[in-house]
Amino acid sequence: MLNIMEVHETNQMIEQEKLDVRTITMGISLLDCADGSVDEVCRKVYDKITRYAKDLVSTGEAIERDYGIPIVNKRITVTPISLVGASSCRSTKDFVKIAHALDRAAKECGVDLIGGYSALVSKAMTPAEELLIRSLPQALSETDIVCSSVNVGSTKTGIDMNAVELLGHVIKDIAAATADNDSYGCVKFVAFCNVPDDNPFMAGGFHGVTEGDAVINVGVSGPGVVSRALDAAKGKDFEFLCETIKRTAFKITRVGQLVAQEASRRLGIPFGIIDLSLAPTPAVGDSVGEVLEKIGLEQVGAPGTTAALAMLNDQVKKGGIMASSYVGGLSGAFIPVSEDKNMIDAAASGCLTIEKLEAMTCVCSVGLDMIAIPGDTSAATISGLIADEAAIGMVNQKTTAVRVIPVVGKGVGEEANFGGLMGYAPIMPVNKASCAAFVTRGGRIPAPIHSFKN
Amino acid sequence: MNKAIITVVGQDTVGIIARVCTYLSDHKVNVLDISQTIIDGFFNMMMIVDYSKSDVEFGAMVEALDELGEDIGVRIRCQREEIFTKMHRV
Repeated sequence: MLNIMEVHETNQMIEQEKLDVRTITMGISLLDCADGSVDEVCRKVYDKITRYAKDLVSTGEAIERDYGIPIVNKRITVTPISLVGASSCRSTKDFVKIAHALDRAAKECGVDLIGGYSALVSKAMTPAEELLIRSLPQALSETDIVCSSVNVGSTKTGIDMNAVELLGHVIKDIAAATADNDSYGCVKFVAFCNVPDDNPFMAGGFHGVTEGDAVINVGVSGPGVVSRALDAAKGKDFEFLCETIKRTAFKITRVGQLVAQEASRRLGIPFGIIDLSLAPTPAVGDSVGEVLEKIGLEQVGAPGTTAALAMLNDQVKKGGIMASSYVGGLSGAFIPVSEDKNMIDAAASGCLTIEKLEAMTCVCSVGLDMIAIPGDTSAATISGLIADEAAIGMVNQKTTAVRVIPVVGKGVGEEANFGGLMGYAPIMPVNKASCAAFVTRGGRIPAPIHSFKN
Repeated sequence: MNKAIITVVGQDTVGIIARVCTYLSDHKVNVLDISQTIIDGFFNMMMIVDYSKSDVEFGAMVEALDELGEDIGVRIRCQREEIFTKMHRV
């Protein structure tokens, strides 16, 4: 039978250490909403989303209450809209109509965000995919809670440099279209390499074409719990440190598994995966940067940061994997600068640079995330950042991503504020040497030799 | 059997257990086990209860106990047992 110390430990994690389930995300296939008329697509999309997800928020809230565990976000992901709209959209405006339908449907369901205004162009773009990408400045500035992602490369296909080059301009245009709001539109867009089909986190979540009609995916969190557990590991060796992280990750993930199974049962929709990610928030004590500092760094960004993050990422996975029947998504440690108090401080003090963050993305679960850069950064430089990250992902057979915000009208030393969980960030300096001649060559970078395994 | 864990944390005063048990008894919730201890200077009590014959919805019981806690000046939580067993039992 349970004892009082175990019960106390769980409730302490929830109340003091900010243990929560970061998101319950319902994936919905919209492949059956394709039509020759864009207005008909919008109607079908709205109807299907509101029919499937009408009880998502109330079910999430009932689970929160029954188990006493906060479920911070309830979200929806859908099939990449470039596929759903391919047969009907003849202009960027047509795609924007679908973005509005997604926005209305998500608001009707009461969810926080909806992801899937996306295109998968890792080898090349179809005309529809290019239209969707070009529609992003208007789509993301006119809607509130629609998120978008574009997969520009994979280990199997190489990197579509035409898409990478185009995205540099598109990101600048999104920033300009939302300039009144610290270029907030860029917060809702991420470029990927090796994107997973079942990611429950935003902005990169979408419902992959390999998925069924609908699915429940859950993202757990808990950097605060790991941080508190590491207090007991101070001065101890790596074996003790790793065991502590693994045990904690196991406990966190078991809660996610329980919530996922319960949500799946109550909604009558199959359980997909748990995403075992340490997802920070700007709140004090809920920081991956703090975990790295407790491992032994004076400040995140110091030499040793990459090694510490590699170890943390690996131990989180090892602890979590046994706690869940299906693990997927991004799974690891997130390092979104603006969403992590200790990362923000390290970036502001100059200890953490974009180059160090790039090294860290080689060993963490995603990439350059929530980084504010000067508004006058060139489109080619943004494309260069995306190409670098995509290359890291392609060669290392892992997911990488870029979510940078060129904040219009702001420069190094100033700060951008995105509000809520998105946090705030100092504008970080970017290397100014040009890569324009590289990113504008056209075509694609071939897949690496080790992808040929057949 | 549907088990829930009720925890009470706060300053110890006369009648906490009595008032919680009165509510449970009024609503046909059976107490299976009670333990208490002092953690970090605070009074901690844990009850394991069976609510399978309860005449109120679980959500209503959670809210009623929360309000009772506010009235007494302690924190009362009522959670389904699985969150603890999943975390602490393989």
